[in-house]
Amino acid sequence: MSEGLLQVQDIEVRYGAIRALKGVSFEVYEGEVVALLGANGAGKTTTQKTVSGMLQPAIGQILFDGERIDGIPAHKLISMGICHVPEGRRVFPRMTVHENLEMGAFRFKRPDAQLLEHVLELFPRLRERIKQHAGTLSGGEQQMLAIGRALMGKPRLLLLDEPSMGLAPLIVKQIFDIVREINSSGVTVLIVEQNAAQALALANRGYVLETGEIVLTGTGRELLADDRVRAAYLGEEIAAVS
Amino acid sequence: MNYLILGITRGSMYALIALGYTLVYGVLQLINFAHSEVFMSGAFGSYAIVHLLVGDGKATPSWAVPFILIAGILSGAITAAVIAWLLERVAYRPLRRRGAPKLAFLISAIGASFFLSQLAGKLFGRLTSNSFPEFFDQNAVIFRPFGAEVRVLQIVIVASAVLMMIFLDRLVSVTKLGRSIRAISEDAPTAALMGIDIDKTISRTFIIGGLLGGAAGFLFGLNFSFGNTMGFIPGVKAFAAAVLGGIGNIRGAMIGGLLLGIVENLVPLVNIDTKWTDVVAFVVLVLVLMFRPTGILGERLGRAA
Repeated sequence: MSEGLLQVQDIEVRYGAIRALKGVSFEVYEGEVVALLGANGAGKTTTQKTVSGMLQPAIGQILFDGERIDGIPAHKLISMGICHVPEGRRVFPRMTVHENLEMGAFRFKRPDAQLLEHVLELFPRLRERIKQHAGTLSGGEQQMLAIGRALMGKPRLLLLDEPSMGLAPLIVKQIFDIVREINSSGVTVLIVEQNAAQALALANRGYVLETGEIVLTGTGRELLADDRVRAAYLGEEIAAVS
Repeated sequence: MNYLILGITRGSMYALIALGYTLVYGVLQLINFAHSEVFMSGAFGSYAIVHLLVGDGKATPSWAVPFILIAGILSGAITAAVIAWLLERVAYRPLRRRGAPKLAFLISAIGASFFLSQLAGKLFGRLTSNSFPEFFDQNAVIFRPFGAEVRVLQIVIVASAVLMMIFLDRLVSVTKLGRSIRAISEDAPTAALMGIDIDKTISRTFIIGGLLGGAAGFLFGLNFSFGNTMGFIPGVKAFAAAVLGGIGNIRGAMIGGLLLGIVENLVPLVNIDTKWTDVVAFVVLVLVLMFRPTGILGERLGRAA
């Protein structure tokens, strides 16, 4: 395989004196779904925020499509096609669904009408609520809106931060199905999840983070079968299934 | 009825200034206490231009009056916008870069406020009662609804304020700049993820606030007298108006301004000495803070706190 679309090399990120990431390296190849797993505070969200330019690494570098992107602020990175669906969805509550989707296309002169139509086909619920304020939507609908908004920016790399958080299992399944569909249309996905079973079923490969370091890596299947992963992250879910 | 008209006139000036507070609060969650000096600079800036155009004003032909008024508004607005822009660059941006605590911004704001006010005093003299040359008959009565008198100047003030507010309302709801201002006031980090340049938008927000405040400075100077300390009282009242309407809420600032102007001008009606006018404004502020801290249209304050 050639060079990865996204290459993260030995990055260290600090919050004041605290080292949140202690030399994290990984790669995401074009067309892949890669999952970042780990417990709370392991550094998953920090990693994603660093990739999207919300945080800057103190040491190390990040390459996207062969170009260095560390040090570039978030609002400029989006024009390279890195779209981030942040933790907690973060839709604009006092804007309508339609305005939210248009915000996603802010980097273009005007939103792509065809793309908007495509997003609304992907999420029919959003079409029903197109004129509603985003703050009145349910959690699942807000997640759909957040993903739809990111799609409006025509991502090459889509960053998803805990899309399943706080949602009912049925909705989670819907959302993961849609992520799979988005991926098969050619968008590379880097997903952060606590819901390891769902994420690994979807992902080609995964990395496990622990207190700011990558401790384990493998294909989705390998990680699903790994005893340490099962013990640490799948305990409840396996019990629930069997 | 006359008092109502006076109230609307004053209120529309408060509204213009209040918009400056509210816009900046929206994007920065910061009360820009130097905004009253931005307003003041508008009066001086426009005075320079108007004085240049009409001299002592006695020989101004009537056809020229509308143009001079427009020139006055524009020059006031532009002067104040430049000051507001500089203010953000010098007094706020460096603090933001370092992630300074809120208190630092407040102190910086007050410092900038004193600086600007004293600078104007140094440059233009410390008279409190400068006045514009009378280049038209400001007090000509245009019409008399219900026995009240509506004067030219009042129409000029209210009409230009309303026009600017309509313009702002459109700007904020339709244009991309307006969208970015709203997005930043709702959620700045996410706005950046959408590709919005936060620094640039904040800068432009200060400029818009300055334009409105400076125009108000001209109108105010035309109506009353002006001086280097003129900003304080209208500034604080406009701040009260912004809180009354719900700080961070643009339509709220417009309504709050008008309402405050009307309420304080109704004081003479209830047989209280007009010296109490200013007291009324601040009693309104205190009452609002006690019973409805988010203001009339406000939802922002609770969430931002």
